[in-house]
Amino acid sequence: MKLGILSAIIAAAGVLGAAGPAVQGAAVTGTVKFTGTPPANPKVDMSEEDACKGKYTADPVVTVTGGNLKDVLVYVKSGLPAGQKFPASTAPVVVDQEGCLYHPRTLAVMAGQPLEIRNSDPVLHNIKVVAKRNRGFNISQPTRGMKTTRTFTAQEIAIPIACNVHGWMHANLNVFTHPFFAVTGADGAFTIRGLPAGTYEVEAWHEKLGVQTMSVTVPATGSTPANFSFKAGS
Amino acid sequence: MSRAGGRSGGRAVAMVLSAGAVLLSARPPVRPSAQEGQGGGRGKELYDKWCAECHGETGAGDGSAATRMLPRPRDFTLAVFQIRTTASGELATDEDLRRVIDEGMPGTAMPGWRDRLNAADRDAVIGYLKTFSTFWEGATPQPIDMGRAPRSSPEGIAEGRAVFEQVECFKCHGDAGRGEGQSAPTLTDDAGQPIRAADLSESWNFNGGSTVEQIYTRLRTGLDGTPMPSFSDVIDANVITDEQLWRVAQYVRSLSPREPPRPSDVIRATAVTALPAAPDDTAWSGVERYYVPLVGQIVVKPRWFAPAVNAVWVQALHDGQTLALRLTWHDRSRSPDPAWDEWLGLMRDAMGNGDAPLPDEQGADRLHLQFPARWSDDLELPFFLGGSTRQPVTLWRWSSDGDKLEEGTSTGLGRFTPAASGNAAHSARYDRGEWALQITRPLVPADSAAAIPFVPGRAMPIAFFAADGSHGEDDVRGAVSAWYAIYLDVPAPPRVYIAPIVAVLITAGLGVAVVRRAQKRATETA
Repeated sequence: MKLGILSAIIAAAGVLGAAGPAVQGAAVTGTVKFTGTPPANPKVDMSEEDACKGKYTADPVVTVTGGNLKDVLVYVKSGLPAGQKFPASTAPVVVDQEGCLYHPRTLAVMAGQPLEIRNSDPVLHNIKVVAKRNRGFNISQPTRGMKTTRTFTAQEIAIPIACNVHGWMHANLNVFTHPFFAVTGADGAFTIRGLPAGTYEVEAWHEKLGVQTMSVTVPATGSTPANFSFKAGS
Repeated sequence: MSRAGGRSGGRAVAMVLSAGAVLLSARPPVRPSAQEGQGGGRGKELYDKWCAECHGETGAGDGSAATRMLPRPRDFTLAVFQIRTTASGELATDEDLRRVIDEGMPGTAMPGWRDRLNAADRDAVIGYLKTFSTFWEGATPQPIDMGRAPRSSPEGIAEGRAVFEQVECFKCHGDAGRGEGQSAPTLTDDAGQPIRAADLSESWNFNGGSTVEQIYTRLRTGLDGTPMPSFSDVIDANVITDEQLWRVAQYVRSLSPREPPRPSDVIRATAVTALPAAPDDTAWSGVERYYVPLVGQIVVKPRWFAPAVNAVWVQALHDGQTLALRLTWHDRSRSPDPAWDEWLGLMRDAMGNGDAPLPDEQGADRLHLQFPARWSDDLELPFFLGGSTRQPVTLWRWSSDGDKLEEGTSTGLGRFTPAASGNAAHSARYDRGEWALQITRPLVPADSAAAIPFVPGRAMPIAFFAADGSHGEDDVRGAVSAWYAIYLDVPAPPRVYIAPIVAVLITAGLGVAVVRRAQKRATETA
């Protein structure tokens, strides 16, 4: 009952957020590139798991397609007006366990926004979240098609998600108290929308390649470019 | 000075609070000691004295003794607790914390404090350890409603086994439940330290208790901070029913004996006419099993604080000519096993900062039996760790490397001289996390100068050492027992069985005679 009211409020706030001022304002758009030869990804031996073996042979920590870097979190690190509250979206962010890997492996949600964890594998996965500022948890999904939803409360970067049944499975979760973040897909592109005019520190974070930051000044409307580039060994 | 001030201040707050509590809800007042524990006072005093050496002064689980322990002491700054009645991710209730402090955590370095600190002091410590994390501010953790166990039955236990397979408990805990599952060698806790899947056949070592209700609670809540997940969502998603989860708990409980085993000083070798041929011979099934607990060898360097083998079970028989021993012990790996390379690496990182680094390669699994090299009842027992120069011991050293049994003499742990020839024969089996080793030896060996004789009717001291190669246990690293005694029954001569029968017959005969005479007299007088 309590949860129902709460989610109704969040939903209402989310609708307002989606239709209201949040989509107005400025955008920061760009591409995250990778130059040089990407580091080799760790090999994964899934022979012990019949349902997954052969599908993937490496853990795709660094994925570069045509020079574009996938799975990079880009977010506004500082510059937002202090004390401003942003409503959380009710649209769940989905992470799927398929072929005994997480898809996608870099996740970002707002505090209060649901994270939906799905299992597309016909095997047991446990989902262990080890957080510091949020409450971690450890739950099990022993069947294909199972879905579990969880929310988080506090801003925290790089929360590890792991499966202990399959020790090679890793993802990372990022929780924000604002909506100004994005994760790159295979094309390396990202867009952060709805920023008020101002100067922001924007950070690009990759689980293996580290971080890059740049200062971006945006006007009241329109799109401002911010392109990042990671290098081998950087 | 400041401490005294804090205490009286705390007391004043406690009085106000308890007065308020009485007025508002007519509940019993808040215990003053718990209030004092907040932010100092008695709780801090006790914590610093009894807890900080392991858990650290700031509660971060980094006390001076912490690196010698596996699992490591709890880090209270994270406020993540294994043993709870709350959902995964929640804090523990006071009752949950109290239970761990009262009972301790079996199989870890955490002792129970019920007999060492009074109830008020234990509450004060609970109050104080909540000051290490801001998660406790304003939190009132709520226990899950656990419902009630369905009546246990053989069918229920069989269903529990089926669900155990369906939700793949065996992935970590293994088909036999001894913690030998295929994922077991890769398991780490939240801090990245190696952690072993629980041996479900040793319920007396369960951290949260061994009853069906307690096991069910662990299934519902998971053990946060460890790889063991909660299965509450599995019920919510209708993958299995609540009753089925109870069945899993009942099945798990059925894997252990009803009562925890108790060590007995004397291992009896019963006299029989024929000895079993191998450790898996069914003739062993009816023979009494003696439980011998083992502890880490922490006397001789390199000392070992994380023993893999926690007990050996011993069975013994003899036929007047030969002694047969059957030794079984749980060992999650048949070393060396490439699947356990990762585990050895984790162990090297976790425990390699001790007296000497851990080996780079997995060694063999080992079991040693130890007897005094010379023995009569008026002699003093040799030093239990491999004897001494003055009082050497006889060792029978079995190793999984080539499945060899070596006999010889030891004058101290690691100081072994093999005998020219052996008198014992052996046979070993490994099955899903358990070794079974049968050793036979003539009571009076051919080479009587090199080996001690076993004499029916007399007790012979015996001690044990066990090591798991995949766990990094090489050299003198392993688990040891104190001295026990093995007593060979004297075979009963035939007259022992005939004499009572004769006595019964004579007594019965006399009785009949007496009764007849009495009856005869009675008829005569009538």
